[in-house]
Amino acid sequence: MEISILFLPLAASIIAGFFGRFIGDRNSEIITSALVSISAFLSIFVLYQVIENQYEENIVIATWINSGSLDVNWSMMIDPLSAVMLVVVTSVSSLVHIYSIGYMSHDPHKPRFMAYLSLFTFAMLMLVTSDNFIQLFFGWEGVGLCSYFLIGFWFKKESANAAAIKAFVVNRVGDFGFALGIFLIFYLFGTVNYSEVFQQVPSITDKNLSFLGFEVKAIDLICLLLFIGAMGKSAQILLHTWLPDAMEGPTPVSALIHAATMVTAGVFLVVRCSPIYEYSPLILNLITIVGMTTAFFAATVALVQTDIKKIIAYSTCSQLGYMFFAAGVGAYNVAMFHLFTHAFFKALLFLGSGSVIHAFKDEQDINNMGGVWKKLPYTYALMIIGTLALTGFPFLSGFYSKDAIIEFAYLKGNTSGYYAAGIGIFTAFLTSIYSWRLIFKTFHGKYNNKFVKIEETHESPLVMLIPLVLLSIGAIFAGFLFKDLFVGHGGENLFWADSIKFLEPLSTEHPPTWFLLLTPCLVLLSIPIAYYLFIKNKELPNKIANMNKPLYKFLVNKWYFDELYDVIFINPSKKLGLFFWKFCDGKLIDGFGPDGISSFIKRCSIKANKFQSGFIYQYAFVMLLGFSALLTFLIVN
Amino acid sequence: MNFPILSSLILLPTIGALFLIFLKNEDGNSTTAKYVSLFASVVNFLISIYLWISFDQSISVFQFVEDRTWIEGFINYKVGVDGISILFIILTTFITPLCIISVNNSVKTRLRDFLIAILIMESFMIGVFCALDLVVFYLFFEAGLIPMFLIIGIWGGPKRVYSAFKFFLYTLLGSVLMLVAIISIYWISGTTDVTKLYELGIDAKYQNLLWLAFFSSFAVKTPMWPVHTWLPDAHVEAPTAGSVLLAAILLKMAGYGFIRFSLGLFPIASEIFTPLIYALSVIAIIVTSLIALMQEDMKKLIAYSSVAHMGFVTLGIFTIQQQGIEGSIIQMISHGLVSAALFLCVGVVYDRMHSRMISSYGGIVTIIPKYSILFMLFTLAALGLPGTSGFIGEFLILMGVFKDNFLVAVLASLGVILGAAYMLWLYKRVVFGKLINENLKSMIDLNKSEYFILACLAVPTLFFGFYPDPLINTIEVSVEDLINMYNSNIMIK
Repeated sequence: MEISILFLPLAASIIAGFFGRFIGDRNSEIITSALVSISAFLSIFVLYQVIENQYEENIVIATWINSGSLDVNWSMMIDPLSAVMLVVVTSVSSLVHIYSIGYMSHDPHKPRFMAYLSLFTFAMLMLVTSDNFIQLFFGWEGVGLCSYFLIGFWFKKESANAAAIKAFVVNRVGDFGFALGIFLIFYLFGTVNYSEVFQQVPSITDKNLSFLGFEVKAIDLICLLLFIGAMGKSAQILLHTWLPDAMEGPTPVSALIHAATMVTAGVFLVVRCSPIYEYSPLILNLITIVGMTTAFFAATVALVQTDIKKIIAYSTCSQLGYMFFAAGVGAYNVAMFHLFTHAFFKALLFLGSGSVIHAFKDEQDINNMGGVWKKLPYTYALMIIGTLALTGFPFLSGFYSKDAIIEFAYLKGNTSGYYAAGIGIFTAFLTSIYSWRLIFKTFHGKYNNKFVKIEETHESPLVMLIPLVLLSIGAIFAGFLFKDLFVGHGGENLFWADSIKFLEPLSTEHPPTWFLLLTPCLVLLSIPIAYYLFIKNKELPNKIANMNKPLYKFLVNKWYFDELYDVIFINPSKKLGLFFWKFCDGKLIDGFGPDGISSFIKRCSIKANKFQSGFIYQYAFVMLLGFSALLTFLIVN
Repeated sequence: MNFPILSSLILLPTIGALFLIFLKNEDGNSTTAKYVSLFASVVNFLISIYLWISFDQSISVFQFVEDRTWIEGFINYKVGVDGISILFIILTTFITPLCIISVNNSVKTRLRDFLIAILIMESFMIGVFCALDLVVFYLFFEAGLIPMFLIIGIWGGPKRVYSAFKFFLYTLLGSVLMLVAIISIYWISGTTDVTKLYELGIDAKYQNLLWLAFFSSFAVKTPMWPVHTWLPDAHVEAPTAGSVLLAAILLKMAGYGFIRFSLGLFPIASEIFTPLIYALSVIAIIVTSLIALMQEDMKKLIAYSSVAHMGFVTLGIFTIQQQGIEGSIIQMISHGLVSAALFLCVGVVYDRMHSRMISSYGGIVTIIPKYSILFMLFTLAALGLPGTSGFIGEFLILMGVFKDNFLVAVLASLGVILGAAYMLWLYKRVVFGKLINENLKSMIDLNKSEYFILACLAVPTLFFGFYPDPLINTIEVSVEDLINMYNSNIMIK
């Protein structure tokens, strides 16, 4: 049964991909959605088994690579961590499959789209259920590939193609670190299976390696390299540039891949490797700092973007930052909790925005929207739920998970912890502002679209609304229902069992009451502020922007990361390529090598040619010279 | 084993070629010529599969050995296979029939002669991979140049003569030194029998020079940076089938030579020169990947990517780690399949539009969807995506290198990033995007034979990506034994 969770999506993908032309669009949609949904139900059942009966299992499906001491299997490991991920992946995926039936209804390539979605689901499941690092890497690259396919789904758009390649290549940069991490693990432990590696970790904590003359602790190096991989996949600052561009893909893709599942793989990796990370306080601090910086950076950029999907993309980036800093302060279970709730409300927001885009006939700029809340009542209500959950409005899911992160950061009790908590609270405030900005600009105020008349905008069909409703249920209740299970104080380790390792148990104290109330108060306060800024006094934001022109430009241009990378990586690579090609290969190697030698010999033979002029007197003269030279030589001797 | 199975593998294509010589060279006969050659090469493939099945994977000694005196007291015609060579033989017998099927579209004149060249080349290649006597090896190794030289020189593009001579000069230069080395080995050890030389060992004081002489030949053929510049030119001018043979099989002779002779005969020198190999390989990986990024000609791009891929191979071989060497062998097999397929993919669009320039394509995915899917698959295999054979090779190599030298592994891994960049960019510019060139609309999707060839290459690429056991099991014991022999030699010193 467990195996069918993995292979139903693969089967769906093969059916839609290879036989889609024969069975028709509608059948491919139904078959893929049905198979993935079955997989989702089975996953929920597995999670139930894990919760109730502490069910754990490691199923070996087949051998894969078996070279010397390296021994890698295709396998499926079920433990609390992978069971939670199974549910997140399959449930969001099945809803996105169903939603896509409506969203993609005008697209000529439906079976291909569904096949990619199912294939993605399969790769993601391979990633989360692996029992070794190499299968994890397989899934890791597999989801990257599907992401590449889906971002570039509209292959005629130049920008979509560029974004797809960018996503793949930037991810490869992360994978470069990840792969080196795997090599190092194999080098140190002689195995790549989680259980064997984790067992041996305590024995190498004192081991040092020297690299380019530096002495590094081996454990720090492993953690750093794996984290580089995680940064790439989870779009953390420095390697985040691909995520906003990835919004070129169809919206369901953004919801599934670039919000709920694939981008959380980095967080999953860190949590999965908690038995290693726990021994590396240095890198945990680094993770906290990177996570915190990303959360803040992305929130500031989200404040000024005007593309509805890009705002949500930066919001995702920012929330992933939260997850990382939770993991960084050692609260892995809280990171998982936020991952879990985030999947619901962020997928909801994305699909909701998809519904808006659909209504406006592919308009994405929030400046060209407005005033349609009466026309799109259900979408509006659902988007409000998503926004409330995201901002951490009391008693919705984001409230429980985000506040828990800030609390644990505070409880960490060291400088980086306080600092992280402070930034976390401020970022929560920014989150709330930009989220409400999106809502107010999209649904309230004047209607601003010139191309579509307001009468033409319409609510989405049922097949798109039902997944939204289901997700909104998750967005409302997931936090409240699963709070005790995921982060419950006291018996916290019961559910996670051995899948997450805590070297020291998490603090069970409570922060002071004023601290607990601070975030919710700011969140509540931000609603009237946003209302004032974006509805009542619309001139004010423009004035502020004009007063701080440089800062505004800095934010609009996303801190100039793309430009910076163009200057330091992309252009030099191209120039170097040309240099090595035209100059090194062309001028140096060929010039002095084969071409040079052949032209040299040619020149010599032309010279030698001149000797053979055909004139007898010249030959006679040379003979005479030779003869006299010989004679002189003999006489002298 | 009484039946001389290896000799028949070597001779069968030549016999096929002899038949063709007696066929009148008329256009009406070209179908007959094709069937004859196809028959010979397919039978050869079946024999090689039989060889693989009856091969005993659990022992590392040479099997199916035939030993006949050729020149009394000097040269013996000695052939045999171990786990390493058998895979290369199968690669050769597998690729050749596919090449023969593909010639329809690319070779317009003197088809019969072209087929003769291909068949004779197959004979020589198989000879290279099973020769157990240095002189026999040398003869096959060098003779293989001649048909290739003719293929480029006669059926090539506009600059074919320049390319053919460049190819010939480069490769001959290295080979002359190898010949000298072989002669001196005979003077030093009194034999050119590889197995005997393995047992005797070669005096440490001669090893460095001998190693360098062999290296000069193998480095050119691999090709390693900086003696790689013949390859892009040769590929660009060669007809599709020629490019396929060149990339898939000819380049592998050198990799095989490194394993069999450099490591096997001169372990002490290999140990000394490993840094040289590492340096050249890493340069090759990074430099040629950057060059590939900037190419405007599809064939040149793939040719440069071949240099980078072969850089991984040489890197893996000299790690003297189980993973490294096994990775290199798998990488060679995989590159044999994938580069062959990529050159065929270029050939397909070239036959239709007569242009290899990337800029003359774009937006063809809806016009020729089958082609686009298969081309995508091989693109992914070339950039080493897990689930394709390319991944297994690259990953194992890097794992092995990492054990030996961190820095080299880190630098070589950069090639993995660049590989993704140039392959995906190539694909995007050719297949995706807006259709600008109106002429492309008339393109026809893969015909039956093209579809068949590419599918034949796709199946093992994927199969060995998910289940490389058949390959690894075949080479495991032989590689293990080679490493043990190597290490014990180093220890003695």
